[in-house]
Amino acid sequence: MLIYFFKRLLHGIPVLFVVSTITFVIMRVVPGGPFDQEKKLPPEILVNIQAKYHLDQPVTTQYLLYLKQLVQGDMGPSYKYIGRDVADIILDTFPVSITLGVLAMLVVMGVGIPMGVWSAYRQNSVIDRICMFYATLGISIPSFVLGTVLVWLMSHKLQWLPPALWEGPRHMILPAIALGAPFSGYIARLTRSAVLEVLSSDYIRTARAKGLTESVILFKHTLKNSIFPIISVLGPLTAGLVTGSFVIEFIFSIPGMGSFFITAVTNRDYPLIMGVTLIYAVLIVLANILVDIIYMWLDPRVRV
Amino acid sequence: MSFFSKLSFGFLGVVFFSAIFAPWITPYSYETQDTLNTLATPTFSHLMGTDRLGRDLFSRLIYGARVSLFIGILTTLLALVIGTIYGSISGYIGGRIDGFMMRVVDVIFALPDMLMIILVTVMLGRGVAGMFIALTLVSWVTVARLVRGEVLRIKEKTYVEAARALGASSPRILMQEILPNILGLVVVTLTFRIPVAILAESTLSFIGLGVAPPFSSWGTMANEGWKSIKFYPHLILFPSLAIFFTILSFNFLGDRLRDGLDPRNKTRFG
Repeated sequence: MLIYFFKRLLHGIPVLFVVSTITFVIMRVVPGGPFDQEKKLPPEILVNIQAKYHLDQPVTTQYLLYLKQLVQGDMGPSYKYIGRDVADIILDTFPVSITLGVLAMLVVMGVGIPMGVWSAYRQNSVIDRICMFYATLGISIPSFVLGTVLVWLMSHKLQWLPPALWEGPRHMILPAIALGAPFSGYIARLTRSAVLEVLSSDYIRTARAKGLTESVILFKHTLKNSIFPIISVLGPLTAGLVTGSFVIEFIFSIPGMGSFFITAVTNRDYPLIMGVTLIYAVLIVLANILVDIIYMWLDPRVRV
Repeated sequence: MSFFSKLSFGFLGVVFFSAIFAPWITPYSYETQDTLNTLATPTFSHLMGTDRLGRDLFSRLIYGARVSLFIGILTTLLALVIGTIYGSISGYIGGRIDGFMMRVVDVIFALPDMLMIILVTVMLGRGVAGMFIALTLVSWVTVARLVRGEVLRIKEKTYVEAARALGASSPRILMQEILPNILGLVVVTLTFRIPVAILAESTLSFIGLGVAPPFSSWGTMANEGWKSIKFYPHLILFPSLAIFFTILSFNFLGDRLRDGLDPRNKTRFG
């Protein structure tokens, strides 16, 4: 198991390398740079700045320099937030983003799974219809639409919850819902079909024939076996939450990595763009490895 | 066809119609300013009100449909063509080449897609073109994977073997025997990918990194509306509804199409 884990980690490295290379190339091939401003800098100063950040070197040299720094754990200085290191900024913003992500994941699972189980158990009933209607709505509603609706209703009209910022548990409720709810519809659907499939299997029939109560059948026998499809989408789901967090952080003015990435891209703050991209990529790679390991741990059949 | 399918179909029909015939059905041009009526709430002369600059929201919404649909549909089509060609070649040839081609796909798949879309769009200068390239770049791999899987399955079928035994060339087998059989999958993928592309476009434009003026998509309009949501919620209401119902309709029709094409799913989603 441990060997497998390290093997997977090793496989992740080329992916990260490609991500960083592509990002680097995309940033540099396009004309314009971080220090092209409306008000032109005097040429001497520009030359000095570019020399300081090695921007006068050929792109390949720059990239090698960057990689060398990176291996030593240094992500370089930010071009726009003068005096701050990229690592510093990420250290500040990462916990915020990850909290948002975890809370949203709780919303996804906490709403999606019970809903899916319930609607499978009452297949074709009114409850089933309602749940599946919710699922279709969820898949179709962009999180920024949901976010704006929530802000308008809960903050501006009812004034129950704060519309922005990140200063305590009350500030976290709306963003977590806005980020998580759209995905919960997808999970509800997935759970429903998984549970339906298990419910129609032979061993459930046997369990019924043995005279087990419905709750034992549902919670002990069915749920355990219908959890696998859900685990297998955890990887893409994490990626989806990461992706979605940009918009949510923008709407709620949350000081997370997404907000910084957006400003970094518009400012062409190369090291910050690289840093954030890499962190997100690491996150997604790790999530995928973790999912595979949970899968193996839960299902002896794939352990071989 | 069920009631909801008809409704979705009808709604998309209206959206397409108004996007195509925008200049003939809009009461105003998308940039005409009615300076006496800025930030007006819906009235008879401005069906959905006006924005900060006094531009008619209804007209802008219809012109916005053009940009949103254009990007959504064209990127999906392009991704579909590239993905289908790539995936079918990879699956059909198999072996080492397939292994290599799929490695490339895996790596692109592992990229955080929204990050890449943002990066490419902004670097290429925040236009329709940049968005177009960015969306195509990240979305063709999904199609390539799906198609490859299908091709792998189909190429072992006896009728393909029969065609080969009759001396058909590889391109002919691909075009005549395999492609027609993955067409169903491709069409279903198309209906599911279009809303994804529309969503990505509107999201990007909403955070202010997508389509830039003078063009405006529904996402751009929502962005403008977001700035004054507290006092003028109608500015964001209409573009949001347009995005939501368009995506909903596509998803709904996609579901039906998939259920219809897959005999196993006949009874699902009643």
